[in-house]
Amino acid sequence: MDLDVRRGEFLTLLGPSGCGKTTLLNLIAGLIAPSAGTLRWWGGDLSATGGPGRQFAFVFQAPTLMPWARVAANVRLPLDLAGIERAAATRGAAGALDLVGLGDFAQHYPRELSGGMQMRASIARALATSPDLLLMDEPFGALDEFTRQRLDGELATLWAARGLTVVFVTHSIYEAVFLSTRVAVMGPRPGRVIADVAIDEPFPRGEAFRVSPAFVRCCQQLSALVAEAGAATLVVGPASAGRGAAREGEPPEGGPTGVPGFRRNGNTAK
Amino acid sequence: MADSSSRLLRIAAPAAIAVLMVAAWQALVVIYEVPTYIVPSPAIVLRALITDRALLTDALAVTLGIALTALAIATIVGTLVALLFVQSRWIEMSLFPYAVLLQVTPIVAIAPLIIIWVKDTRIALVLCAVVVAIFPIISNTTLGLRSVDQGLLDLFRMCRASRWQILVRLRIPGALPYFFGGLRIASGLALIGAVVAEFVAGTGGQGAGLAYQILLAGMQLNIPRLFAALFLIAVTGVALFATTVWISRATLSKWHESETTAPR
Repeated sequence: MDLDVRRGEFLTLLGPSGCGKTTLLNLIAGLIAPSAGTLRWWGGDLSATGGPGRQFAFVFQAPTLMPWARVAANVRLPLDLAGIERAAATRGAAGALDLVGLGDFAQHYPRELSGGMQMRASIARALATSPDLLLMDEPFGALDEFTRQRLDGELATLWAARGLTVVFVTHSIYEAVFLSTRVAVMGPRPGRVIADVAIDEPFPRGEAFRVSPAFVRCCQQLSALVAEAGAATLVVGPASAGRGAAREGEPPEGGPTGVPGFRRNGNTAK
Repeated sequence: MADSSSRLLRIAAPAAIAVLMVAAWQALVVIYEVPTYIVPSPAIVLRALITDRALLTDALAVTLGIALTALAIATIVGTLVALLFVQSRWIEMSLFPYAVLLQVTPIVAIAPLIIIWVKDTRIALVLCAVVVAIFPIISNTTLGLRSVDQGLLDLFRMCRASRWQILVRLRIPGALPYFFGGLRIASGLALIGAVVAEFVAGTGGQGAGLAYQILLAGMQLNIPRLFAALFLIAVTGVALFATTVWISRATLSKWHESETTAPR
């Protein structure tokens, strides 16, 4: 597999379960080591992440907040761990909370927030470090459809306003089309990119975009590609599939960061 | 409204049971003319509590002192041992069986040895109580320090947190609910350990605790005083337990499910 992430783009990894989307994200984040091949960070070696211009942040499937700490303390955690001075960290956290509209909830505990607000706090924590690359692993997968659409809208706005570079994993074709500048459709066993589709629709994309003919056309195109990915698996058969997966050294999707008992949304692709 | 009435019930219901039981006890003793040296009536026990109050409060102070000292030592040492255990699986695997050994050997069997080996009786008694009380602290705190949210651990690693930062900012706060669960059990065990050790040691004179008073009262057939001492031990145990529950609630109520009453 060969995949480039360009600065300033919103790249979505789309595909059925088990095609290695989360694994790929974990590879980028350095949570697991590649068994073969190399990851390069805008021309440099990936092992040098953390240096100037090479900051990344990760948003998990679950909010993953510390229940004993107030929202503000959760958001400033990456700044504290990076050894940033107290006052600056407090300012940074407050700014990030304002970005996601949680400014009034800084002194609340996570359990006092709704699921959608917890997820926004999680995004604020990721933004607090002003990352050069934002990795998001199905962040809205556990939320209800209304909250999900609202947060998708907010994320699109943030992306445009802050000039973020995002790699986003999802099962939802609609979410992929709405958010992305580019979608990489992945197929399972062995995990690979089977199509690289640009979504050339202008930003900002409001609610009107969701019902536009262009939106429907993009969804149909991706739908067909995902179906193709699923069909290819069936033709290849179990024997070679097993070998392929072993060679790639891929744990089952959602392995390292997967939350036990976490309910995945059904594959909208079919 | 429902909350305050259920709260009232929580106090009123057990209190009503207590009144009923004491009344029944008094009635049965009077009706069947049970001799005082077998079962004294509650009124006689109360009288013993009042007349022997100087003796009993001194004894209570001794026993409570031993139990509290033991609980403090068990908490500190137990937590340190748990911190040591989570440093590596090897340390835990090598040492945990001995912690279990300490737990499963009856204290009555070890106490005579400890009392022979340690010259100062008070220290010997404290040691016995520590042996009894330390295990729940060790096992619960170890479990808590290990039960880290995997996602949070990943987050800390991505932020390049040091081992120390992970311990202080993630493992220790996350272990608090488990630790308090252990402390709750240990508070009762420390008192039991102190009483059992006193029984074995049989120390009289100046440093005599409640257990010795029970032993002595039994031998002298001073059954009302025996009941009074027993009553004091029970009340002390409940008070210790209630104190740990209160500390736990004061610490965790803001964020942990076990101590929050707010509807979610």
